[in-house]
Amino acid sequence: MATPILDLRNIVKAYEKQIAVNRVSFEVPRGSIFGLLGPNGAGKTSLIRIITTITRADEGEVFLDGEKLNSRHPEQIGYMPEERGLYRKMKVGAHLTYLARLKGLSARDAKDKIGAWFEKFGIQDWWDKKVEELSKGMQQKIQFITTVVHEPKLLILDEPFSGLDPVNTNLIKSEIHELRDKGVSIIFSTHRMEQVEEICEHIVLINRGENVLEGRVADVKDKFKENLFQVDYRGELPADLLSPVSVIEQQPERIVIQVQDERDSNAFLQQLLNRGVQVTAFNEILPTLNDIFIRQVSN
Amino acid sequence: MDKLWLIIKREYLTRVTRRSFILATLLTPLGFAVFFVVVGLIFQYESDEARKIAIIDEGGIFGNTIKDEENLYFKFESRSLETLRQQFDELEYDGVLVIPEIKDLLSQELTIYYYAKKQPTLDIESLIRSRVSNQLRDYKIEALQLDPQQLQALDTDIELEPEPIDDESEDATKLTGAIAAGIGGVMGVVMYIVVFIYGMMVMRSVMEEKTNRIVEVMISSVRPFQLMLGKIVGVGAVGLTQVAIWAILIPLVVFISTLVFGIDSDAQMEMAQQQPGGMNPEDTQAMVAMALEEFKNQNWWLIVPLFIFYFLGGYFLYASLFAAVGSAMGDDLGEGQSLTIPITIPVIIAFYIMIVAIEAPNSSLAVWSSIFPLFAPIVMPARLAFSPPVWEVVLSVVLVAATSVFFVWLSGRIYRVGILLYGKKITLKELGKWMFYSD
Repeated sequence: MATPILDLRNIVKAYEKQIAVNRVSFEVPRGSIFGLLGPNGAGKTSLIRIITTITRADEGEVFLDGEKLNSRHPEQIGYMPEERGLYRKMKVGAHLTYLARLKGLSARDAKDKIGAWFEKFGIQDWWDKKVEELSKGMQQKIQFITTVVHEPKLLILDEPFSGLDPVNTNLIKSEIHELRDKGVSIIFSTHRMEQVEEICEHIVLINRGENVLEGRVADVKDKFKENLFQVDYRGELPADLLSPVSVIEQQPERIVIQVQDERDSNAFLQQLLNRGVQVTAFNEILPTLNDIFIRQVSN
Repeated sequence: MDKLWLIIKREYLTRVTRRSFILATLLTPLGFAVFFVVVGLIFQYESDEARKIAIIDEGGIFGNTIKDEENLYFKFESRSLETLRQQFDELEYDGVLVIPEIKDLLSQELTIYYYAKKQPTLDIESLIRSRVSNQLRDYKIEALQLDPQQLQALDTDIELEPEPIDDESEDATKLTGAIAAGIGGVMGVVMYIVVFIYGMMVMRSVMEEKTNRIVEVMISSVRPFQLMLGKIVGVGAVGLTQVAIWAILIPLVVFISTLVFGIDSDAQMEMAQQQPGGMNPEDTQAMVAMALEEFKNQNWWLIVPLFIFYFLGGYFLYASLFAAVGSAMGDDLGEGQSLTIPITIPVIIAFYIMIVAIEAPNSSLAVWSSIFPLFAPIVMPARLAFSPPVWEVVLSVVLVAATSVFFVWLSGRIYRVGILLYGKKITLKELGKWMFYSD
């Protein structure tokens, strides 16, 4: 088992009388896209600030790639905060170079790498523009480049798609995948569950400063599944076939049933086929992360 | 360390290359020059107006001779006042001066009359009065048969020569006070301006970074203290640059403009000399020479480094406080404005103390204020030209240095909490708590 890129152990962080993070532990597998989920105020930002060494945990330890978190690590981390801004009066090229050099790149390196990203995005003519001349979406693209230009091992993106139109959202998404394929580990923090489903492989759900749920997306869904199945068919269903199962929903040519045991679904399907029912679709309905989120958080 | 340097460079270059900075830096000396030239031209214009005045000397005290001035001509008239009044418009006189006969030689008052369409201007009035007064004096001396030489001996010019009582005391001249006041005053004003303009610049920059959220991006790469210190040093360098340019340009521009418009200074000198109680040319020149000598005699090797030290010490002290306050202000500017008051009050108080210290540099108020770190950067420089005791200067320097360092550190602790906190009600008490938050 490869060392996880990030290992949090019993992190505690309190502000005055409020406990923002209450003994949180989890691991982020190397080279994965990892979802850090939770409602507003759950403690996600506090955790992220601890991981990026902006603040220090009151208790607990953080390990980046097996090493205890130290002051050299920010150069290996790329962080895009939810609230992000730029110096409006600076020129884009100079600004990105400045930020890249603060991450430890040499001036030459910084210019070359930024230049490469500009070419990739087709935005070479933005180099001498002032930041305030760019639209919000354009600024977000710039910020993305800032986050990745120093080739960090670990990326932390906090609501990266907020404010982006669909085209740019797709662009960033494909960049994220490309980076993952190159071996970069990515922590994706959001409360937009539908985005998580599309992208993340692993998740952790934080609520009220605690780790309430963790694991691979598929496993989590599996854990919370309710053995629901949707059957699409043509014609009529013989009523007696429905007695061993619970009917959750019935529509013309579609029925949602719930079985006691997941293996019973096959038996049901078998029955349908034996009776000559024209089945057009047979799917397990897994809970959405949204449903799971709401359920966990409302408890 | 090189990150700190990167930040300093950026903070400096973005401000120094800004158009508003270049304009302000270059236009201010120009403004001085324009001021001098305009004032000079005004004086020059006044003296261009040629005036003719008729004198009816009823008592004959002038004996029909009077010296003309530049652009001011006198003519004795034997015609009567009535004649002149009737023919006034055809004659080209600006006015008719009537000096009545002297009835009482011992009287100390005399009213003379100036008939004209307009009131005499101040310069004419004072000229006429001094001329008539001087002439009348000579007339009375002769009429009373007094000995002019004996009369002159009555007035003795007293000069006070300061002498050191022992070898250690300072050998000053009477101009020391004036020069010292000048030096101290300039320093005080410069400090005052620097603290307000550049201290506020630091504060605004911190606030801007907070409101547009760039600070979140920055502190994932650098420590908050580095960001704060880099900003303070960068802005301070901008201030130094501007003051240095002014220190060179302003005297240069003033010098050039007085050369080009050379007539001005002459006219100004003449005007000054004709004021009652004004000095004659030789006195003025002697005074200027002595002032320059005094100026050179100041212990510049000591004063200049100390100036620079207090300049920097005072700046760091106050700028760091401004940074701390700036970090506490959120998007709501109004609330935070009141926090700047505790910072600006000591500066204002120090300025007023400095004015007092110039007159009484060794009074206890001056001494203690030049040692108290919040006032020292403004008060001590004013005392430097008066050669204060060495131990006072040393103590002051040590305290200012220590306090600056302490305040920078303290402000750093407030800054690192403030820049990440939004929406909380900001009071001084709140800021105090932040100092103790663990990192």
